Amino acid sequence: MKELTYVRADDAASAVATVSADPHARFLGGGTNLVDHLKLGVATPSTLVDVSRLPLDTVEVLEGDRGGLRIGANVRNSDLAAHPVVRSTFPALSRSLLAGASGQIRNQATTGGNLLQRTRCVYFQDVTTPCNKREPGSGCSALEGYGRYNAILGTSADCVATHPSDMAVGLAALDADVVVLGPDGERRVPLADLHRLPGHHPEDDTTLAHGELITAVELRGSELTRHSTYYKARDRASYAFALVSVAGALELDGDVVRDVRIAWGGVAHKPWRATVAEQALRGEVYSEDAVRAAAAEELRAAETGDDNAFKVAMVRNATALVMHQLASKQQHPQQGGTR
Amino acid sequence: MDTSITLTVDGSEHTLDVDTRTTLLDALRERIGATAPKKGCDHGQCGSCTVLLEGRRHLTCLALAVAHDGDEIVTAAGLTGSAADPASRGEDALHPVQQAFLDHDGYQCGYCTPGQICSAVGVLDEAKQGHPSHVTDDLEVGGDVELTDEEIRERMSGNLCRCGAYVGILDAVRQAAGQTPGRGVDPARHTHDHETEGAR
Amino acid sequence: MTQQATPVEARSMGTHLDRADGREKVTGHARYAMEHGADDGVEAPLTAWLVQSTIARGRVVRVDPAAALAHPGVVSVLDHESAPRLADTEDRELAILQDDRVGLRGQIVAVVLAETPEAAREGARLVHVAYDEEPHRASLEGAETYAPESVNAGHETDWADGDVAAAFAGAAVVVDQRYSTPHEHNSPMEPHAATALWDGERLTLWDSTQAVHAVAKTFAPMLGLEAAQITVRAPYVGGGFGSKGLPHAPEMAAALAALSVPGRPVKLAVTRQQMFALTGYRTETVSHVRLAAEPDGRLLGIEQHAVSQTSAIKEFTEQTATAARMMYAAPARATTHRVAALDVAVPSWMRAPGEMPGMFAQEVAMDELAFACEVDPIELRVRNEPDADPETGNPWNNRRLVECLERGAERFGWAGRPSAPGTVQDGDWWVGTGVAAATYPTLWMPGNTARVESLGGGRYAVSIGAVDIGTGARTVLVQIAADALGVDPAAVDLHIGDTDQPAATVAGGSAGTGSWGTAIVQTVQQLRADHGEHPDAGVASTATAEAYPDMDRYALHSFGAVFAEVRIHRWTGELRAPRLLGVYSSGRVVNPMTARSQFYGGLVMGLSGALFEESVRDPRFGHVVTQDLATYHVASHADVHGIEVEWLADDTDTLATPFGGRGIGEIGIVGTAAAVANAAWHATGIRVRDLPVTADRFVR
Repeated sequence: MKELTYVRADDAASAVATVSADPHARFLGGGTNLVDHLKLGVATPSTLVDVSRLPLDTVEVLEGDRGGLRIGANVRNSDLAAHPVVRSTFPALSRSLLAGASGQIRNQATTGGNLLQRTRCVYFQDVTTPCNKREPGSGCSALEGYGRYNAILGTSADCVATHPSDMAVGLAALDADVVVLGPDGERRVPLADLHRLPGHHPEDDTTLAHGELITAVELRGSELTRHSTYYKARDRASYAFALVSVAGALELDGDVVRDVRIAWGGVAHKPWRATVAEQALRGEVYSEDAVRAAAAEELRAAETGDDNAFKVAMVRNATALVMHQLASKQQHPQQGGTR
Repeated sequence: MDTSITLTVDGSEHTLDVDTRTTLLDALRERIGATAPKKGCDHGQCGSCTVLLEGRRHLTCLALAVAHDGDEIVTAAGLTGSAADPASRGEDALHPVQQAFLDHDGYQCGYCTPGQICSAVGVLDEAKQGHPSHVTDDLEVGGDVELTDEEIRERMSGNLCRCGAYVGILDAVRQAAGQTPGRGVDPARHTHDHETEGAR
Repeated sequence: MTQQATPVEARSMGTHLDRADGREKVTGHARYAMEHGADDGVEAPLTAWLVQSTIARGRVVRVDPAAALAHPGVVSVLDHESAPRLADTEDRELAILQDDRVGLRGQIVAVVLAETPEAAREGARLVHVAYDEEPHRASLEGAETYAPESVNAGHETDWADGDVAAAFAGAAVVVDQRYSTPHEHNSPMEPHAATALWDGERLTLWDSTQAVHAVAKTFAPMLGLEAAQITVRAPYVGGGFGSKGLPHAPEMAAALAALSVPGRPVKLAVTRQQMFALTGYRTETVSHVRLAAEPDGRLLGIEQHAVSQTSAIKEFTEQTATAARMMYAAPARATTHRVAALDVAVPSWMRAPGEMPGMFAQEVAMDELAFACEVDPIELRVRNEPDADPETGNPWNNRRLVECLERGAERFGWAGRPSAPGTVQDGDWWVGTGVAAATYPTLWMPGNTARVESLGGGRYAVSIGAVDIGTGARTVLVQIAADALGVDPAAVDLHIGDTDQPAATVAGGSAGTGSWGTAIVQTVQQLRADHGEHPDAGVASTATAEAYPDMDRYALHSFGAVFAEVRIHRWTGELRAPRLLGVYSSGRVVNPMTARSQFYGGLVMGLSGALFEESVRDPRFGHVVTQDLATYHVASHADVHGIEVEWLADDTDTLATPFGGRGIGEIGIVGTAAAVANAAWHATGIRVRDLPVTADRFVR
């Protein structure tokens, strides 16, 4: 770990100014990923600007028919998951948060930091092996190496890493917006546009510029978001990254799909909004077969190797499972919660 | 680069100069001599370093000490003496969670134990506050969470135990949650055919 | 003169006694290897950090310490030219920093000493090492193998009996399959660590080890010291599971570092990632198993041909096929071991070496045979129960496998289980049950010495350089001593964990309690013989147990039966094991509480191996890339559901030890993975022969 200058930020604007002006400066939030990377030598900043004590730690309920939320970037994962409006109006968010990491880490990790966590690809985390994401141009060790957690959609010849966040997948299905403060002021980024595919620049996880700070996440509630949930398939029953995960929202009108959202985790460099599948389902009669067919349509572009070929069937089936749970609840509302 | 910080650890205030790179765990273990929190992985993957930070369970390996200037920390060592009966304070006053781990042999080598115990204290508090978990069926029911076996297992899963003492840990947390009596009430529990419920 | 121990009557043994060190553990006051301070003589320690090779094979051309030395707080950098010289470099795992050869990726090529952990870590990052790289081999697949002289624990490499070819030629039913187990890492929660202090005459190591005396004995000749010049202390050890049974390179690094700074303590903690290269592991194994049987399942022939790999710098051959030599009756049996020497980390002991991977293969094969013969898996094992040990012809000490199977079947509710797979579904889950047998040999190690001193007033001090790595030794040895002395356990002060105490063997091979306990009993009996029932305070006896069980006349083994229920998610293929039951016969249980925890621990590790554990080595680089606890999964609390353990009543074996107990540390892991894999097959009809049994095998 290189020697560090530590600065506790007084306010968001000065934090942004400091980091923007110094290519070797980084924001420090909950620390659960950055401190990890400092020790591994994956991150070697010279200055840390601690934004974790900025007053961005509240969940505001926004005005409107269905309710909306403005979630401060410093709201801890555990607090967000337990928030009554999140639980009632955005269950996919609560579920995705609770599926991630551990109780301790959720007490520590922030909303902004969770979105910006970096891949858990074993080669990215091992500075003795080539990795284009960590060291552009050095090569991708995962392409021909250990591939159980590799992406199957949107990969490039330079990178097959997956994004590790569960929460981001939940937010992707809920059409969240990310509020970003930069040197020139605030802007809003749809969550689907926050993360990027690797292409030739896997070193860039997101579309944020250096020095831009996530200050909040905004959600708009609807009948659709109320009928949302999250399923995470993993080897270990807890405290494990996803093999695949599915965030889904479904609103039925009788047997017809009035609206639907599907986002996948563990399959791509970003939370994958399955827009092809959504399009195929919208306005159609709901059935398990229709969901499977829609998911299969989305997965036509999948590229797999021996280690991760199973993800195609797994994410298709998990999507069918999630939609089945959501549909059952609407068709038989007396039955309990969704999980 | 050194910075002066103040930490309150198990009730004692410590002011020390730390390298900005020093983790909270290393500050506790190497600088203050508070070695109850353990270094099992140093990367947030085992839970051995768990303490109560500002009252909540928290890892100390993925935290920089300098970022916690002014914070209050309670380690497993600091739980001792905080038992409910004020008259029993002192040497013999184990925290009810510590006593429950003893009663149910919720450990073998002991290395993950202080972290498990701090985590269990946090779990009991989170349940009181109504925090849901991954296995909570209905998110919309607020209030106290009933700590079923499934809830305890999930909530304690951030603390790995390679000795595999999970059965005893579960029994201990159950006891601490007041859901089963402690030792002495059921002397048969230590016989050779001790029953553990088959789970679903 | 010393006499062999004679059996002891149980008073405390078999009853509950609180762990002697429980309070220290739950309050966080127990001191592990990195936690000794000024009150122990560890003042102002330096921190040592390991620099590891980034090639698998070749030579170190140059170690450039300049940037590291320029970093504030870095004191020195030891490399193969500057490190203290060893007197003996034959053991290439331990003889680090003595020459320029690199034999594995992750080998220690330098050690940085610094005033703080932060400076040491950064110093290690700044050491620049130039290599002359040579081609390496790091994959068992396609590697050339050879027959080692012997395999682990001194077993014969090849062993056969009867006419195997004829047995198979005439068999009505044949199972012929390949089974594999992956590399696995012991992964104790406390990473390997040592604090070392060289005062110019004596070396003191506060070590995380399962064997304090073995460390001193191994290191003394290498360091050119007398064994008496080395003190090794291990009051608390955060688990080992075999990986701390033998000293590994990092302990030598700590010793060399200490020698380089006389008078200054040095603390060296291996990082979790470094453990995957430097502290031993269970090698990958591949077993070709063939079973020949009559239509009713009676075995005619058993073959197990096991292949594993070792490091080219030090041979360790897993004794994968040895259990096949003694487990079941069959007129013809053949077992072989072959090993490939690769440019990789040195494998070593991991809980039940040999039996764990070997019995996985054999017990899945038995399940396949049961189905092929349409015989219940329990009945199949009963039909093949041998009257005497098939390997030696000796009578069994106490083989109660059938009772374990039958008691387990009753408790588990085995009766009425459908024999066909894939017939039970519960909601979204396929449900199946499986069984496997377990066995572990009764090892007993000679050369343990105990000292028993009368403290007056009916109190006694018992000293032996044993180690409690979490097993409960500190508690059960008190119970054994108390019963031998005929006193209350509270009247016994036990001193263990230090070479200041008399010589003792390793906490391993499920032989610790048996071997140390025998020495304690013998010494107590010596004390009584020499000084009577009421010795004066200060009177002491010391005795060494050179013999007890008659291994030439008896076949000494423990047995067990493991039952598993497995649920497999029909949508995602995810596996969960809601029920696991182990029933064991392992002689007298000294302390039901600590014993139960030991068995649970074995079962949990067995379950973990069944479902999760796999160290993935990338052969291009030569090292394990799943080198942390997020990518090398061990069972979490949520994975462990209804685990039950039982041991047979009236199980006292004074042929094995004078207190009637055999070891229990390892048998819990044996057979467990097979029971789980058999249950997964029963749930789905999909036979998994390669561990771990993961979701991808079932998702369709």
